[in-house]
Amino acid sequence: MKRTIFGNQVLPWLLLAPQLVVTLVFFLWPAAQAIWQSFLREDAFGLNTSFVWFLNYRALLNDGDYMAALGTTAIFSVSVAALSMGLALGLAVSVDRLVKRAPLYTTLLVWPYAVAPVIAGILWWFIFNPTIGILPYLLDRVGYDWNHRLQSGDAMMLVVIAAAWKQVSYNFLFFVAGLQSIPASLREAAAIDGAGPVKRFATITFPLLAPTTFFLMVVNVTYTMFDTFGIIDATTGGGPNQATTILIYKIYADGFLALNLGSSAAQSVILMAIVIVLTMIQFRYIEKKVAY
Amino acid sequence: MASITLDRVGKTYPGGGQAVTDVSIRIADGEFLVLVGPSGCGKSTLLRMVAGLETISTGTVAIGDRVVNTVEPADRDIAMVFQNYALYPHMTVRQNLAYGLKNRGTPAAEIARRVDEAAAILEIGAFLDRKPRALSGGQRQRVAMGRAIVREPAAFLFDEPLSNLDAKLRLSMRGEIRLLQKRLGTTAIYVTHDQLEAMTLADRLVVLNGGRIEQIGTPMEVYRRPATTFVAAFIGSPAMNLIPAQIADGALTVGGVRVQLPLPSGLDGPVTLGVRPEDLQPRRNGGDGHLTLDVSYVEDLGAQRLVHGRIGGHAMVCTLPAGHAVQDRLFLHADADALHLFDVQGGRRLT
Ligand SMILES: Nc1ncnc2c1ncn2[C@@H]1O[C@H](COP(=O)(O)OP(=O)(O)OP(=O)(O)O)[C@@H](O)[C@H]1O
Ligand SMILES: [Mg+2]
Repeated sequence: MKRTIFGNQVLPWLLLAPQLVVTLVFFLWPAAQAIWQSFLREDAFGLNTSFVWFLNYRALLNDGDYMAALGTTAIFSVSVAALSMGLALGLAVSVDRLVKRAPLYTTLLVWPYAVAPVIAGILWWFIFNPTIGILPYLLDRVGYDWNHRLQSGDAMMLVVIAAAWKQVSYNFLFFVAGLQSIPASLREAAAIDGAGPVKRFATITFPLLAPTTFFLMVVNVTYTMFDTFGIIDATTGGGPNQATTILIYKIYADGFLALNLGSSAAQSVILMAIVIVLTMIQFRYIEKKVAY
Repeated sequence: MASITLDRVGKTYPGGGQAVTDVSIRIADGEFLVLVGPSGCGKSTLLRMVAGLETISTGTVAIGDRVVNTVEPADRDIAMVFQNYALYPHMTVRQNLAYGLKNRGTPAAEIARRVDEAAAILEIGAFLDRKPRALSGGQRQRVAMGRAIVREPAAFLFDEPLSNLDAKLRLSMRGEIRLLQKRLGTTAIYVTHDQLEAMTLADRLVVLNGGRIEQIGTPMEVYRRPATTFVAAFIGSPAMNLIPAQIADGALTVGGVRVQLPLPSGLDGPVTLGVRPEDLQPRRNGGDGHLTLDVSYVEDLGAQRLVHGRIGGHAMVCTLPAGHAVQDRLFLHADADALHLFDVQGGRRLT
């Protein structure tokens, strides 16, 4: 590691200042507010505010809807991460095989990442629209009655596909870079050592991609927890029957629609804690195993 | 163990040029063959075609009696040592050695026996449980060798395996590779651009230039009777002197001096004369058929002195024993069998 020595004690702080200010204003301050807010309870008209200690949290633990949202989030996160990373890896491997990487193919694959979540949501909402969408029409012809407005399974599948689709580009870029950094001679040596293409991938390529995979896992889980709000809102609105209400969406629904600010704040704090803990676990225990 | 036969092998890279043209070599069972040539002459390409890592554009490659043009690398029964060693970084040394055997379904007890045996031969037993990252360059080189020998293949293929080592280690590993190959009796093809490595390792060496064979022969044959000026200049250090000379009326004239040489009949006109620096002997005075060297400067190498100078305006080098006095002029003599005559146009040997 290269170490830079600053003679001036002020300069480093000055250089850090813009980032620190952004973090302070847009993260630490709202986070502190949320924590404060989570200990309060307002009446329905916002006239009376009282400090209630952990009452909001305790209420959540006894709330069946909240527990359901936790489960939904887990399913959603794992599905999106698995689907988007799996697809991206498959695409990256096929690009890596092309002698000269097709620039057009690569460029096209990167586009979805530039699309805003809400737009992505609306796009998929159109494609899957039970009355006017193309996919339900096609599915109907093979005998499947798609209706994510009524079927919770269909709804979950829709939001998973929409959320994963957007993330594929990002994952793809990292996987391509990861594959490129594996020397060709390793795969050649493995080929001579009697490993077929599948075995070569499983025992050489994939393990050597582990640092990339790990990094993407952290990024994807964080993405599904926070950044998928727009997609849910534009496609299913959390329904039907709360089947696609993940934690971030419930925070919005309880806070901004039901105006239960205390509970909503408590949920934000818990979500924040979950992501922090997950990330810590991932870095602590998994990163050690993937380093080679 | 097996012989390897290359029959009129050629390689054209898609979008690239012709990398290898019309190469035919028969490598006997147990032979140590060295492919040598300057950078870009197609040595690696040729070796990789034998390994199955490049497709063969024309001709056939046979290992034993079997033509392997379309056989997968895994099924060719060869092992390869790469220039960058290509050790699997996420596996321990033991796993690296065992990988090829495991893939072939060798029983665990047999794998353990062979790994231990290879580790003992190469003295890498102490770090079997380390990852390659935790090894020095020389140790990695040994592990790469070990990975090749545990497989007990029909042939070893080496692509410049020593070029990443320092000079001293290269020397000792060179000896070890030679001993090991003789002991195991495994056919080997070894690629290098280092003519000294080629000379010392080879049973036979193949000098390549621009994708074509210039000469095949034992090191001494190639050294004693280079087939072309290219080989003459490439093999031997310091390189052979190549200077223009004239043949007229059955006599050779170089730098204004007539040199006694039994010439093949029918030769006439300009030729290229080759003479190795070490074949030039100093004489006390300018006698009949002695060349006169105008000395430019002298390099002392310890065991010998390299005298640089000119004969009839052409640069010439000769080696003298250490301590031999050198004046402004040096009278030199070469035996008739140390003089090589080459065609001026094609550079082919004439005598
Ligand atoms: N994949 C490839 N595509 C196109 N041309 C190639 C490819 N690989 C090698 N070549 C060309 O083929 C020729 C021979 O290359 P090769 O690698 O066999 O040389 P080499 O003798 O091993 O050289 P070096 O001593 O530098 O390793 C070179 O001109 C090279 O540019
Ligand atoms: Mg090479």
